[in-house]
Order: sequence, then C-alpha cells, then structure tokens
Amino acid sequence: MKNDTIVLALCCHYCAYAAADMAGSMRLQYPPNIRVLRMPCTGKIEENYVLSAFEYGVDGVMVAGCLEGGCHYLEGNLRARKRIERVKGILEEIGLEPERVEMFNLSSAEGPRFAEISTEMCERIGKLGPSPLRADRSRLKAGIEELQAEADAVLEGEKR
Amino acid sequence: MAAPLPNMAAVTVDGRTSQVPIGTTILDAARQMGIAIPTLCHYRGMTPAGACRVCLVEIEVGDSRRMVSSCSYPIDGTLVVHSGSDAVLEARRTVLELLLAQAPDSQELKEFAAELGVESTSFSAAREGRCVLCGLCTRVCNDVMGRGAINLYGRSSERTVEPAYDETTVQCQVCGACEHVCPTGAIDLSRFSSELSVAHRTGYDKYLFKRPNIEMAHAQAAPRVPTIDRENCVYFKTGECGLCEKVCQAGAINYDQEEETLDLEVGAVVLTPGFIAFDATKRSEFGLGFCDNVVSNVQFESLLSASGPTAGHVLRRSDGNAPKSVAFIQCIGSRDVGCGNEYCSSVCCMAATKEAIIAKDHDPNLDVTIFFLDMRAFGKDFDRYYQRAQDAGVRYVRSFISRVFEMPDSKNLQLTYLDSKMKRVEEEFDMVVLSLALVPSPTLREKSEMLGVDLNQWGFAQTIDLNPLDTSRPGVFVGGVFQEPKDIPDTVMQSSGSAARAMSLLASVRGSKVRTKAPPPERDVTDEPPRVGVFVCHCGSNIGSVVDVAAVVEQTRDLPYVVLAEHNTYTCADDTQDVMKDRIIEHRLNRVIVASCTPRTHEAIFRDTLRDAGLNPYLLEMTNIRDQCSWVHSADPEEATQKAIDLVRMTLGRVVPLRPIREQSVPVKNSALIIGGGIAGMTAALTIADEGFPVYLVEKESALGGTAKKVVVGTLDGSDVQAFVSRLAERVSAHPRIVLWTGSRVTEINGHVGAFESTIESLDSSSVSVEHGVVVVATGAVEQKPTSFEYGNSDKVITQSELCEKLARDDLRLPSSATIVMIQCVEQRDEERPYCSRICCTTAVRNALQLKEQQPDLNVVVLYRDMRTYGFREAAYQEAREKGVLFVRFEKDEPPQLTVTDDTISVRMRDLSLQRELTVNPELVVLAAPIVGQDDRQEISDLLKVPLNGDGFFLEAHVKLRPVDFSSDGLFLCGAAHSPKLISEAISQACAVAGRVASILSKKEMPISGQIAQVDVNKCIACMTCVHLCPYHAPAVGKDNKAEVQNAACMGCGSCASGCPARAITLNNYTNDQISGAIESLLWAGSPPSSPGPIYPEKTGISQTRWHKRALEGGDQEADSDQ
Repeated sequence: MKNDTIVLALCCHYCAYAAADMAGSMRLQYPPNIRVLRMPCTGKIEENYVLSAFEYGVDGVMVAGCLEGGCHYLEGNLRARKRIERVKGILEEIGLEPERVEMFNLSSAEGPRFAEISTEMCERIGKLGPSPLRADRSRLKAGIEELQAEADAVLEGEKR
Repeated sequence: MAAPLPNMAAVTVDGRTSQVPIGTTILDAARQMGIAIPTLCHYRGMTPAGACRVCLVEIEVGDSRRMVSSCSYPIDGTLVVHSGSDAVLEARRTVLELLLAQAPDSQELKEFAAELGVESTSFSAAREGRCVLCGLCTRVCNDVMGRGAINLYGRSSERTVEPAYDETTVQCQVCGACEHVCPTGAIDLSRFSSELSVAHRTGYDKYLFKRPNIEMAHAQAAPRVPTIDRENCVYFKTGECGLCEKVCQAGAINYDQEEETLDLEVGAVVLTPGFIAFDATKRSEFGLGFCDNVVSNVQFESLLSASGPTAGHVLRRSDGNAPKSVAFIQCIGSRDVGCGNEYCSSVCCMAATKEAIIAKDHDPNLDVTIFFLDMRAFGKDFDRYYQRAQDAGVRYVRSFISRVFEMPDSKNLQLTYLDSKMKRVEEEFDMVVLSLALVPSPTLREKSEMLGVDLNQWGFAQTIDLNPLDTSRPGVFVGGVFQEPKDIPDTVMQSSGSAARAMSLLASVRGSKVRTKAPPPERDVTDEPPRVGVFVCHCGSNIGSVVDVAAVVEQTRDLPYVVLAEHNTYTCADDTQDVMKDRIIEHRLNRVIVASCTPRTHEAIFRDTLRDAGLNPYLLEMTNIRDQCSWVHSADPEEATQKAIDLVRMTLGRVVPLRPIREQSVPVKNSALIIGGGIAGMTAALTIADEGFPVYLVEKESALGGTAKKVVVGTLDGSDVQAFVSRLAERVSAHPRIVLWTGSRVTEINGHVGAFESTIESLDSSSVSVEHGVVVVATGAVEQKPTSFEYGNSDKVITQSELCEKLARDDLRLPSSATIVMIQCVEQRDEERPYCSRICCTTAVRNALQLKEQQPDLNVVVLYRDMRTYGFREAAYQEAREKGVLFVRFEKDEPPQLTVTDDTISVRMRDLSLQRELTVNPELVVLAAPIVGQDDRQEISDLLKVPLNGDGFFLEAHVKLRPVDFSSDGLFLCGAAHSPKLISEAISQACAVAGRVASILSKKEMPISGQIAQVDVNKCIACMTCVHLCPYHAPAVGKDNKAEVQNAACMGCGSCASGCPARAITLNNYTNDQISGAIESLLWAGSPPSSPGPIYPEKTGISQTRWHKRALEGGDQEADSDQ
C-alpha cells in the first residue's frame, strides 16, 4: 500500500536544515513524506507545536537538532530532547503511539545522515499508518473555503 | 489541444501536454515534463543515435500508432506520445532481453534491466562480454573528443569496439571519456592506469578515487561553484569536447576566463598562503602511492567525511572492503632530519587521535593503533581528549616504524615495531594511515624575495618570539601555518592578530573606501491586509525537470490572501529580481514567498529585493523546493510536485502573520575595558589604542607586568623578556589613549555589547564609573608551587621559573661536573590536574641549553613523559640532545623517587629503554610545576557571567572558530587566562582580541538582528525562567519587576520564548502564530463549525489545559536543573 502519511520535520537552521540542503546537493533520495519547517534552534520548539501538529492531523513529527554539545545556542538541543521525551509521555497518555515523534541529532555536514533519519522516520510512520487524529482530507477543502471567506471579508473591508 | 505558439510544437506525453521548441526530441520534451524515459545510449549534449532502442515510444499517426526511438525523433507541429503503453513495455522488454543476451557479463546492464522489470533473458547468450555495441564510446571519441581512436570493427557476432588493429594508438589521449560514458561498464582503461593518473585522478584525494576534471572542490566549498582542472581538461588540451558548456543550461561555463593581474594600492599586507602536505615520495619506504591500502591522513579524513567519496565509510582501495585494523604512523616528514624538516608539525598527534575516535565511532569493532614518538597533546583540553581515545580502545604504541611491507596476496601491510618491553613485534594491518608533515605552501616561496620577506630555514616566514605577527618587512604581517605549523584555534588567533596589526597601520584611513547603498523609504504595511505574492522558480532544469512548476503556481494561485503567483526560470537572476520589484509595487504585495532553493544561500538576496521595492525585508519567506523536493525525489515527480505544493501552502500559513520588523541599532561606546595588565593585557591595550580607540586598563597589582614581571622567563630565541615588559609598560603609561588604573579592580559591570558601564575601585576604596563598548579578560595565570618531591624541604629543589630567575641573575653556583635533574609534568597530567601546562617542556629545553652554554661540563638530565616541544621548538630539543642533555622517559605510574638525606639528594627511576633502575645524586633538582588560573578567577567569572572550564581557565565561545570570544557578545579573553601558553602565543592572542574588538568599536552604531525576543510586560510574572534559560544573559528582571530583554545581547534563539510559562515572550520572526500558522496550513484541517479549534494558551493567558500544565511542571524542573 502506498505510504501517504505526512511527517513534519522541525529542523534547526544551523544543522538539520543545512544537512537537508546537503542531502539535496548530493542528490540523495529519501521518501517524499517529509515536510521540513525551519526553526532558529530546536530549543525554540515547544511541546505545543508538536501536539498541535498531531491535532491538525500530521502522522509523525521528527525534530532534528545539532549534535549534543554542538548547539549553536549552547543548550537548546538538550532542552528540545527533554521536551520531546515529555511529548512522548503525553502521546502515550492520550493513546497515540509515542514513536510517532522522535528527536535526532546531526551536524550540518551530515547530508547522508539526514536522508537516513528521514527514511527511517517515514518508514516507521508508514508502518504505524495514518494517525487516528488525522483530519479527513476533504476538510482541507472546507478549511481553505472558510479561510477564503475570511480573507474576502478582510479584503472587502479594505475596499470600503 | 491548443494551437502551439510560433516556432513551438505542442506535445502530449502520457496525457500531459506541453509546448517545446520545434525540433526538440521526444526524450528531451518528456524529461522537461518530468517523465523519465529509460535509455542506454543517450548522453546529454551529444547527437542522439537511436542505437540501443531502449527509449522506444509510440506516437500517434492518424488513427494508428507507430514505434519510434524517442531520443532521435524531433517534434514538429503537434504530436501525441505514449511512453508507457502495453505495446511499448512489451517492445522494451524484448529489446532488453536481446541486450542481456548480447552482453551477459554486464552487471550494470543487469541492474538497469532489473529496474525496468526484466530479470532474465529468454534468448541464449550470443557472446561473452559486457558490450551492447551501442557505439556511444566511439561517438564520444570521434564527435566530442575529435580523436577517432576507437571504432566498431567486424561483423555479426565478431563485432567489437577497439582501436585500429587492436593496438595502442597515438590517437588515444587516455582521457577516459569512453569509459565514463559506457552504460554497461564494458570499457576498462586500467591497463593505461599509469597514464590515467593524469586524466582521472586529480585534486586532494589523488591516488584515492577517480575524480572528474570539472567539479566542486568539496561539498562546502566557498564559493560553491565547480572549477575546471585546466591541466587535464581535454578542451584546454586539444580544443575538443566542450561537453560541459553544452550541458550547462545556465550558460555558466566560460572557457575564455583568464588569470588576471590586478594592481592594488594597499597600506598593509597579510600573508596567509597556508601549507601543503609533505611529499610522501620523499619517504617512499612508507608506500604511499603504490601500496593500495596506505593512505595519507588527509585522504583518511576524506574517507571519514560523510560528504566524501565513500559517504563516510572507511574502505580499502585494494578490495573495497572495510578494514578490521588501521595503523597510524606519526611524524612522516616531521621531526625528520633526513628530509631537512627538523620541526614538529604540531597538529598530527591530535588529528590522528580525532580520526581514530571518529573511525571507531563509525565501526566500534575497528582496531586502531597509533604509532608515535611523543604524544603532543599540549593544547587546551587535549590531554582529556587523548585519555578519551584511550578509554575508547585506541591503542597507542610508542615506537617509530621504519617501513611498510605490503603482503602480496592480501594487500595487508606488515609493520615491525618495538613494544613496551623493547621486544620486536611484527604485526599486519588492513590499512595504514600516514600522518604527513605540514610543509609551507610553495605559493609564496618563489615570491618571497619579491615580497621582501625573510623565510626561515624550512621556508616558513621568519618571525621573532616577541613579535610573532610581523615579518621582516614592516607592514607585512603573517597569519596561520605560514608562520609556524599550528592548529585551527591558533591559526584563527594569529590571523585575527595580523588583522589587528594591519588595522593599527590603517587607523587613520579606516572606512574611507566604504560605499553604502541607500534603499528607498519603507512602505508602512501594518494596517494593510496580507497581500501575498508567490514566485516559484524553475532553477533552470534543477527544479523544473522534476517538480511541475506550473502546477505549483496553479494550486497556489487561489489560496487565501494570494494575489499573485507566477514562475520564473531563475528567480535569483538580476532581470527577474527587477520583475519582482515591479510586481511588488504594481500589485501592492506586502508578503512575498519565493519557492526556490535554500534560504541559507539566497535569503539575503531576496531580502535585498524587498528592501529595494520599499518593503520590510522580514516580510519574506522562502520555500526550499529544490533541495527538499526536486533533488531528493527526482524519481517521483508527482510526489515531489505534491510536496512542493504542500510546502508552499505551509509557507503561506507562516507569511500571513508575518509582521514588519524594524532592525534596531545601538550606539557604540568606542572604548575597551581590559582587566589585567600582564603581557597579554598590555599588548591588547596598546594594539587597540593604536587602532584609534580609548582603552581603560585595570591591573590589580601596583605595577604593570603581571606574571612575566615577577617570574623571570625567557624565550627560545633569546629575546630579553624583562626589557620587553618594561618597554610595554612604559608605552602603556605614556599612550594618550590608554587610561591606566593600577592597584584597582573592577567591581561591577552592567550593560551589553557596545554599551557597558563599569565601576572600578582602587585600593583606597575610591571608585570611578566608566562607559565602554567591550570587555577583555586578560587576567593571566600563575605557577603553582609544588608540594611533592620534597619541594620546600631542600633548597636544592626548585621550580623551572625559579631556575629561570637564577639563570637571569647569574647567581647559580654549581660545582664543575655537577648533575642537574629536571622532572617534568609535576602535579599535572594526573587525575587531579588532567591537563598539560604546555610551556614546561620548552622551558626545560631552553634552560638546559643555557646551563650547557654557561657551564658545558654540567650533566643535565631531563625526566619526562612526552617531550612536547612542538613546532620549531623541536629544533631546540634536537640541539639539546646534540649538546649532551640526557632525556629519560618515565611512565605516569612509575614516577621518579626523590629522597633527601642530610645534604644529598637521590633520584631513583626506571629507564624504559634500558629496562633498568637508575639512581642519580644531583646537585640541583628542577620541577616543572603546573600553571594554574588566578585566585580571583571565580570572582571575574561571576562579575561577567562567563564560564570557567574544569581546570579553572576561562571558556571561550567556540574552541576552534571563536577562540578569543566569550559566547556573550562584546566579551573577549586572551593570554594565559584562556589556557597556559608561551609568551609569543599570548602576544598573538592579545592582538587577536584587538582585531575582534575593532569589528565592534569601529562602528558608530551596531545593527541588531530583527530576530530578537520581546516581552509583553502585561503577561510577565517575573518568574525568572527566562533569566535562567538564556545562555547570553540577555533578559533581566528590571526595576518594575518585569523581565526586560537587552536587544543587543539577544541572539535570537528563542529559548526564553519557548520556556516562558506565562507566554509573555515572543521571538520576532518566529512568533507562535507564525509557527502554528505553518503547522496548521500544512494539512489545513482548518476548524469546521462542528469541531472547535484548539484553544491556545496565548489566547487564554496562563490558565491552561491539562497537558500544558503538565508540560509546565516539567518546564519548572528543567529550569531548575539548568541552573
């Protein structure tokens, strides 16, 4: 069966995001289920971001920060790890597999490692299958329509 | 189907329609649409031949269909193509089966066929071999290379590719093109391997793996553009080929570029030509270049690199297997009198240790042995690292290897060495790594006369110990290894120091050649509703060949708030930027999405575009659909396109809440406060003052000079340190820009980079307040008086610094033929002080040489663990041995025993090379006592909120890259406060600080990044969490009991924002609504009326749902544990 799960990758600008760039320039292939969102530091990631991602229907979340001891901001990645451990506990409590979220550490020079962890995460989430919290894709359309109405109202107000 | 535009043809491939220029082949058209048609004999840039028939497709002709080879069929008018119909698949299967029968031995062909679902052939093998006779090789040789050295000969099953009469021909230039293009691996040029080394193996991993003649120097090369190896490129040799020019769609290849000579008028010159690795052919007994499994340390490093030729796997060149054992041989070409390199290369011991640790990280079962002479782990924390390697199982053997034998069959390498019991051992290793010496770059060697710069006997720039940055010619400075072999931190320090020396000369003309650009006034968009413009980039074919860019635009155009979406061939091209500016103004865009490549390289460019169009630069966000889509999902264009659409939508969720950010700047107080008036502090003060900035120098003692004034030390080259210190002190006292406080201390420092305010208190308790832009810590270190070896119980036991003093005053009265024993590593490199004091070995050698000079009949015995006379100091060590100084090594666990009876001292130790006990009765014993931080180090650390390491030395921001900065901006350190160091190194480091400081003090105002934290005082509960979390001490709870962030100190990491329990802090450009907007729009579940949307804490103050509370409790614990 086709793996159509979505994995959100919260990537530190200084390491994982750069490693993703390097994986690109090395033309390494990994599953297309990953969606990268750039963060200034993994220390900026709140439990909330991960939980709301699940709430909005993402099937897995990968947090990728600098090597331990190598954080650009000294200890952000260590805090992120603690928070992700905590999120795992919360997921377990609400009946969601804690493996759906994982924290990885890598350096900006590790393009192959980025491809490797992305593959690992996509395969893992593929095996777990879509999240039970996942929204019906038809809601996507409804959501856009609703927002469009909102935007139209705002723009309408501007014309007046 | 819509009628095609003039000169364009309309083609429909598998139901998708596109317009292409008339004459485009079906294959190229399909590739542009992201439809892959398999082929063997097609090569980009070459005329197609349609020989292999794998690329067969069906075209519609009237009512019927016809089979054609897509690579050679030009499209004219309109055409409907089916690339995956049953008939095509059936025909392709037959073609592949025939090819498999044609070339049964080709692994490449088998894999190719297997990918297309053909595992075996039903035809019997027609012949042996790997060639499918597609003729691509003969075409490349004839058409592209212009040689015609090979051709197809014979008929039927006798048909082969070969040179005329199957003999080596002068026509062949061994360029390797035929081997390179052959799709089935049928051509092997290894019989020309000696010649091939020219055409195929260039660059830094020569001998290691094949590399093309045009390529990126390495993965992180700056600038990131490929270069052509002119010496080996066929175009430059013969004028033929030119394939790269044909293939490059951006037209970036320019063969006419020539080396240019520019005449520049400059006020100072800094020489940084660097080094090259020792030419291993001078020590051919180690086999580099002809034993397959012997590599240099540079090659091994590239094997370990994730972006290297083997993607980080260590593999043997002989058989491609992972080695089970690796031996490092140190000092190849270093400490080698035979080669004329008497110096030590300084870095190899630690480099080998690091490579050993990484190799073992990759493969924990790998046995690593390092054969060395002395382990020179003399730098800050190096001994700890050495210990860590030993704990990780790296074996260190102290024995010099004289040659490497290659085993004929296994290609293993046999080494012979003496073990710790002095027994001869023969051992085989799978791989040998040679630690090659650092040799000065030849770039400047020939030009040194023209430059008027003296070189030393080994070709490095000649400098003196008390002026390590200046060459023999005034105004010409030297940085890096060209001065002396050194590691990265020392190189960074020295080069920053050279910059400072140059700035001192140029102070009067600073900024006179700077031109600034004035952007148009910024449009106020705060009250405008979001109007988003989306620019999707093809990046030539980099994105467009995989991602359906038009579809991305189509799917994005109708999204909320998007008023414009369009695509461009190269969005970063100058003309497209102009178009973007026009669009921004024309459509009144106030948010911009650029979906192209990585913001890491292009964000600055597009921010400038916004600025030029009168928009705040922070209203931009980039979506990386190249590195994250087209390049990594090239096999799946549909998924790549879907992902690109998702990513653009996600970005939209982020840009809608973006707000303009005003980049603030803080006025800079252009003066420096320096704590400590020793050699480092005075040198820093003078250099900063010479650069034109006022300096406040605070010394706690009543006189300047620091440790160097109290403890008489000398340098190896015999410079007079005392005179130097006096001269420095005089200049400091007389300098018009230096305000000096002796007998004073700094009691309070407030503020941030650019604007500090400090209180200086003198002995009589009068205090004064000064304002300054930076702080420099130069508090130094002292010699710790030992408690062991009967020190203090006998006046015949003294320390090295006491010996220095006696030598300087010439009051050492020793009988003739007296014996002096020097004991190294006293109370250091042990469990209590696991570091090396760096200077003791050099000091011991220097003092031994001076003793021998004053009284040649003295017997000097140095008891040591490792002689750490790194760099050129090795030559002095050599000289001391030649002059008869005895060096006897002891092990850490078996230190020498010293007993004092009446007036006789007896030193007993075990000589490890003789394997027997020795007893000496010396007239004098000299101890190498440890260097330790000052007593008031903790006070300074608390005052500035800067960290100390476990050994009591100040901890820099980054060990390698920022060795003189503290992690908080505007705070710097130099001298022995950083770690024990020689005078020359302290001077370099002090100048380095002066260089770094000038980058702040030279500005009238300092711009602050817009990405900083902001506190909502209405929400702040003054819980101090942010204060504890911030690594830069930016937030503080102010007078009104609310947190305040000092903008200039904030680095924009968001630690405080994510930790704030009251949600009072936001990080500009990464606000919660921007991040959750992105997450929300990724799947855009929205909030249908039936299900209420999530309640976010920022909407509800601090009353929170259960899980947030839980997170909060953890958050508190975390804050506690962080303290």
